[in-house]
Amino acid sequence: MPSSATAGGFLLVLAIVLPAAGVLFSLVLGGRHAERIALGLMPAGLTVAWAIGATVWRTHSALKYYVGNWDPPLGIAFRADGLSAAMMMASSLLICGIGLFARGQFSTRPGAEQRAPLVFWVLLLSIWGALNAVFVGSDLFNLYVALELLTFAAVPLVSLDGRAETLSAALRYLLFALFGSILYLLGAVLLYGAYGTLDTVLLSGRIRPEPIAWAAVALMTTGLLAKAALYPFHLWLPPAHAGAPAPASAILSGLVVKAPFFLVVRLWFDVMPRLPEHAAAQLLGALGATAIILGSVVALRQARLKLLIAYSTVAQIGYLFLMFPLAVNPETGQPWTTAAWTGGILQAVSHAFAKAAMFMAAGLIAEALGHDRIAGLAGIGRALPITVFAFGLGGMSLMGLPPSGGFVAKAMLLTAAVAAGQWWWAVVVLAGGLLAGGYIFLVLARALADASEPLPLLSTITPGRQAVVIALALGAVLLGFVPLRPLELLQIGRPDIAAIEGLK
Amino acid sequence: MTETALYGLCAAGLVGLGLFGLIVQPHPLRKILAFNLIGSGVFLLFGVVARRGAAAGLGGDPVPQALVITGLVVAFAATALAVALLLRLFQETGRTTLRSDG
Amino acid sequence: MAFDIVLVLLVIGVAVWTIAARDTFAAVIGFVALGLLLTLVWVRLAAPDVALTESALGSGLTGGLLLGASARLACSEATASDEEPGAILQLIAAVLCALMSAGLVALVLLLPQPAPTLAPQAVANIAATGLGNPVTAVLMAYRAIDTLLEVVVLLLALVGIWSLAPDRVWGGLPGPRRHADPNGLLTFIAQLLVPIGILVGIYIFWVGSVAPGGEFQGATILAAMWVLASMAGLVDAPSVSGRRLRLMLAVGPAVFFAIGLTGFATAGAFLAYPEAHAKALILTIEVPLTLSIAATLALLVAGPPERASGR
Repeated sequence: MPSSATAGGFLLVLAIVLPAAGVLFSLVLGGRHAERIALGLMPAGLTVAWAIGATVWRTHSALKYYVGNWDPPLGIAFRADGLSAAMMMASSLLICGIGLFARGQFSTRPGAEQRAPLVFWVLLLSIWGALNAVFVGSDLFNLYVALELLTFAAVPLVSLDGRAETLSAALRYLLFALFGSILYLLGAVLLYGAYGTLDTVLLSGRIRPEPIAWAAVALMTTGLLAKAALYPFHLWLPPAHAGAPAPASAILSGLVVKAPFFLVVRLWFDVMPRLPEHAAAQLLGALGATAIILGSVVALRQARLKLLIAYSTVAQIGYLFLMFPLAVNPETGQPWTTAAWTGGILQAVSHAFAKAAMFMAAGLIAEALGHDRIAGLAGIGRALPITVFAFGLGGMSLMGLPPSGGFVAKAMLLTAAVAAGQWWWAVVVLAGGLLAGGYIFLVLARALADASEPLPLLSTITPGRQAVVIALALGAVLLGFVPLRPLELLQIGRPDIAAIEGLK
Repeated sequence: MTETALYGLCAAGLVGLGLFGLIVQPHPLRKILAFNLIGSGVFLLFGVVARRGAAAGLGGDPVPQALVITGLVVAFAATALAVALLLRLFQETGRTTLRSDG
Repeated sequence: MAFDIVLVLLVIGVAVWTIAARDTFAAVIGFVALGLLLTLVWVRLAAPDVALTESALGSGLTGGLLLGASARLACSEATASDEEPGAILQLIAAVLCALMSAGLVALVLLLPQPAPTLAPQAVANIAATGLGNPVTAVLMAYRAIDTLLEVVVLLLALVGIWSLAPDRVWGGLPGPRRHADPNGLLTFIAQLLVPIGILVGIYIFWVGSVAPGGEFQGATILAAMWVLASMAGLVDAPSVSGRRLRLMLAVGPAVFFAIGLTGFATAGAFLAYPEAHAKALILTIEVPLTLSIAATLALLVAGPPERASGR
């Protein structure tokens, strides 16, 4: 059977195989080598992700790979369009940054193998592989396995320090995630039963507006919303993300929670573009708006820094779902050309960088002070100026202040809301920005205040780790220089609704 | 009613019962049991779909059957992880409540 | 047909018992019974491979895991019942779940006739894989990447469980030390069953290429035998940091990946098999894979390390 891969399709396989191989080698060679293997694989993984991006950009088409040379529907395909490539490139940068940062906390000393470093590096690699599997997966059951991989890699990171609160948070996270998976699987069963395939491209051609399709998509979306912690399924996120060690919180809030959102986008815009969805999209937008307001208000009332940042994640996830009611343009029927498409994805990427920087900054502050109470932050601005500055830069992106990726994302969502005549979303975006400003300034004001007595620092923070934090925060700022119009990379490989073909 | 519709009914019943147990029962171990019940229902639905796809001399469509086997293994791994977390939580606190109080 | 109706009524009845039972131990027994009934259902649905997996894994290993857990958690029952939601909420939940079930029934009845199926394609391509069992062909050839990722999922769950150990016993042995009672019933049963079980497990794995069976079913039986032997005190758990154990866990997926990568050169794609050697390659993957899966499943039941290792 001739290979139906496009040039460079094997890169998609490498993106999954490299981290998985790292996990196996780390387990066998033992704890001391896990860190070295992980850090050694990072440049390779980074190269693969950016090579995928470059190939997609150069050929202006999606990369495709049929695993084992079996065509769908019998076999499984990997596909990377512009959207996948953007997410993979962002993930690779973030994982490398988090890996460099985590060396300070999870370095492996020579001698007997230690629990926390081995577990951390193995799980970090697993999250990377799982994310890549989600971003390139094109088969709904393969995506289910990838989601489970992601969950099993993320949950133990929450309880890594073994305290009772984190164990409880991890168990609650796992239960919500399993609930989401089982609903997702139920929807997938219905789709297979009705249309005989689980491949997203084939399904988009076969799906028809009938009850079974609506029920399946509703079930799968609900399941994915539970995993993405969108209101009302958000209760598990704050204790889980606040309880995890700082580098783990960074990857959890930055990327792990974006993968289910990515799949909702795939489901709505790839698998079922023909189904009328305006009412359901408004519902998603309403849930997003509630998340923005609720998350921001609760964040304002937090006493602990990490919990404040975690509630901020709940709020910023809400912005992602504002994309849905705005991205379907009734006139042209081409969702991706509208500003909302770019705005939503840009929000996902810039929030990832900003939130990672903020969590890592909070981690450094907590290490230095021995606590993360906001009331006791006075003087830290003088002691760790770069770290607090990075926190502020990340906060700019959350507020939507220029220049930052968050500003561009929110501006595009605002433009789309006004252009679509759905001005109520514009109100929510503006209100969310104001509230974010509230809790960011709350923290910065305390941090920049003068301490009444000299601040005892519990440990010295190496400049290397501070450099990583500021680099990630600058990443969020640099995204602000993206031009204020739909990004071409994100349009590459979008299937034309009018001309869906069955195979190849 | 055909045989597959009957088992489809059974699957729907398992999903509903499991969901009820998940919502209503407070003890995490009962919740884990309820999850497994829902999972059994979903897998049974896969089995009904497989049976309906009997063709080419086979008793059922082998693809959904293989998916069920994969799903059973993943569900077991999930149960094992959840139970281990629960036992460790009990060891640390002496309680099994998931309510975030205190 | 009458048999099916009775079976379905029994399944629903036992499921209700599992949810409604007051005592967790009774609920778990109900769950194990449900698993055995479901095994019968799978046989009726012409899915013997699934029946084997359900009985060994869904009923056997899961039941063992849950029984052990419910025994250790027995004293937490009293406090949990205080958190039960009130009658009104239970009624609302019951109505919602009933609606959900009714909706699913309606959707099942709306499934298209004739049903779309991949059976013809699976049969048409099976000659290229050299296998005789179409389910094994799906697992090891058509959708091999799913199986590969699933094995990684299993390993990750194990790493996650191990991560729950306190730092001081890291690298130690899971589970309490059990001493074999030379006159005990459990020891007698174990000494009798375990060798037979191992042979059965190997046979079911081996025959899976042409008949119902395969590496997951065989591995589960092997794992169950290890659990039985460990409960009877015939064997002790290995240290989780032992090099040999780690190799045993990793060799299966490693060989799977390696052969998959050689597929680039020999057959033009990752996880593709050249037609002449397909069956041999698949068997080469399956042997270490069965070993690794058996070890992983057994360790998943054993739990996190609790005793420091002797070194």
